Amino acid sequence: MRSWLRQHRLALAAAIRKWRAQRAAALLNALALGVALALPAGGYAVLEALDRLSTRSAIDPQLSVFMRTDAEPEAARQLAARLRGDARIHRVRLITREEALAALRGTSGLADVVAALGSNPLPDTLVLTVAGSSDGVLDQLAEELGRAPGVALAQVDALWARRLAALERVGRLALALLAAILAVGLVAIAFNTIRLQILTQRDEIEVSKLIGATDGFIQRPFLYLGLLQGLSGVLVALALVGAGLTLMNTEIVGLARSYGSEFRLPFFSSGEAVALALIAGGLGWLGAYMSVSRYLREIEPK
Amino acid sequence: MISFSAVSKRFPGGKDALRGVSFAVEDGELLFITGHSGAGKSTLLKLIAAIERPSSGSVLVNGQNVGALKRAAIPYLRRNLGLVFQDQKLLYDRSVYDNVMLPLAFSDHPPREAARRARAALDKVGLLERERANPIQLSGGEQQRLAIARAVVNRPSILLADEPTANLDVDSAGHILDIFVAFNRVGVSVLVATHDLALVERYGTRVLRLAEGRLLGEGGGG
Ligand SMILES: Nc1ncnc2c1ncn2[C@@H]1O[C@H](COP(=O)(O)OP(=O)(O)OP(=O)(O)O)[C@@H](O)[C@H]1O
Ligand SMILES: [Mg+2]
Repeated sequence: MRSWLRQHRLALAAAIRKWRAQRAAALLNALALGVALALPAGGYAVLEALDRLSTRSAIDPQLSVFMRTDAEPEAARQLAARLRGDARIHRVRLITREEALAALRGTSGLADVVAALGSNPLPDTLVLTVAGSSDGVLDQLAEELGRAPGVALAQVDALWARRLAALERVGRLALALLAAILAVGLVAIAFNTIRLQILTQRDEIEVSKLIGATDGFIQRPFLYLGLLQGLSGVLVALALVGAGLTLMNTEIVGLARSYGSEFRLPFFSSGEAVALALIAGGLGWLGAYMSVSRYLREIEPK
Repeated sequence: MISFSAVSKRFPGGKDALRGVSFAVEDGELLFITGHSGAGKSTLLKLIAAIERPSSGSVLVNGQNVGALKRAAIPYLRRNLGLVFQDQKLLYDRSVYDNVMLPLAFSDHPPREAARRARAALDKVGLLERERANPIQLSGGEQQRLAIARAVVNRPSILLADEPTANLDVDSAGHILDIFVAFNRVGVSVLVATHDLALVERYGTRVLRLAEGRLLGEGGGG
């Protein structure tokens, strides 16, 4: 056990030595890996934020039913009474056209506009809150009510949230594809840098084999090097994504406030950062492993 | 103990480097292998270290059939051998001391003991004061001695040296051979391949003569 630990400590030290021996190349590598990681990682951060936004808004799906302006004043009241007896509907709020106009008039700056209107252009409106949040119920109700007598339009208010969710699904798929492509790229970068390392260290490898180094001993520092490279890429990616989110948030905070929302794009949780590190480190390790299996055997003492 | 029985080695391309070679080396022996260029001296040593495998016949080292060793077992064979090559295969990206430390990575010595052994090996070949130097700063003879220090630092039971005195003047060559003789005195089996017959004769030990891959017979002896 102690010797096992020692072997790994030595291998890690050797990997760090190899890494530092060509700092400039290693930094460029970290940058390349970081950019490759930042794209899907940043996309993920944005999508997660949108996901939270759309599910939060969908908690209370509402349906607005606008009556025709030429409908009988009683029609809205009767419909409201009928809907209050419907088990699918949680709450019914009736806003008469007079109430709506009064509210508009009370809104500062609009009083003059209302006065200029002459007749009241606003319809009676029913705002329905649906029990549960299943899209099916909401759509069905909207369709039924759209055909009810005296109704001009029944509109699902959570529609934008659902569109966002659909858009988000497309985004997730695109992100998954991008991530898969970049994962392959990451493995290829690690494969190639480790290949170059192996070739420049031919002598050392040959000597190691001559003095009785096992394949495991020889390959370990290269595997650690692949891992370190992946991790260095993660650091760069976290910095890039952090900077990107901060920049976007300066715009988003203002925009969200105008909608009365405190929404902003949050940075990764520590769990997500660790997951990213594991994935990128693992991919670096995998590329190194492929390179090592392919090239180390070829170098034999002559 | 090393024993060759009817060992032949044919390289791809049809070249017969060794043909039906049989001999045995007892523990603690000092043995020279001579012969013209291309006679098969290097090939013979490489078969012992499993760098090459025999085409036919068997090579036994301490009872192990080296020619049939699995790839994974070869490192453990080599840890018991000290190898010195004509091109010393030193690493020029690290100090003399670090070159000698290389083989100690596989032993379980605590760091202080490893350092002590490395210095002892450097001391035996007279390079202790040069431990901080880079091998490139050493003369040919000094580099050769460094290669020997690296070969013996793990106290192998068998030392194999291929042309360790090539390109050295007579004094330096004599110095190198004296080091081998000293190791042999403390019980290490030593096999040295060399062109230098004049030098070999000074030691009066057993000599294997190779020509065209065949063993001509043995000379020397006390
Ligand atoms: N890898 C190889 N492939 C093909 N032929 C080889 C190989 N290694 C050695 N030979 C041939 O085998 C023969 C013996 O070579 P070896 O190196 O054993 O000779 P040697 O006695 O050590 O010669 P020298 O004194 O010049 O070092 C030579 O003719 C050489 O050309
Ligand atoms: Mg030779």
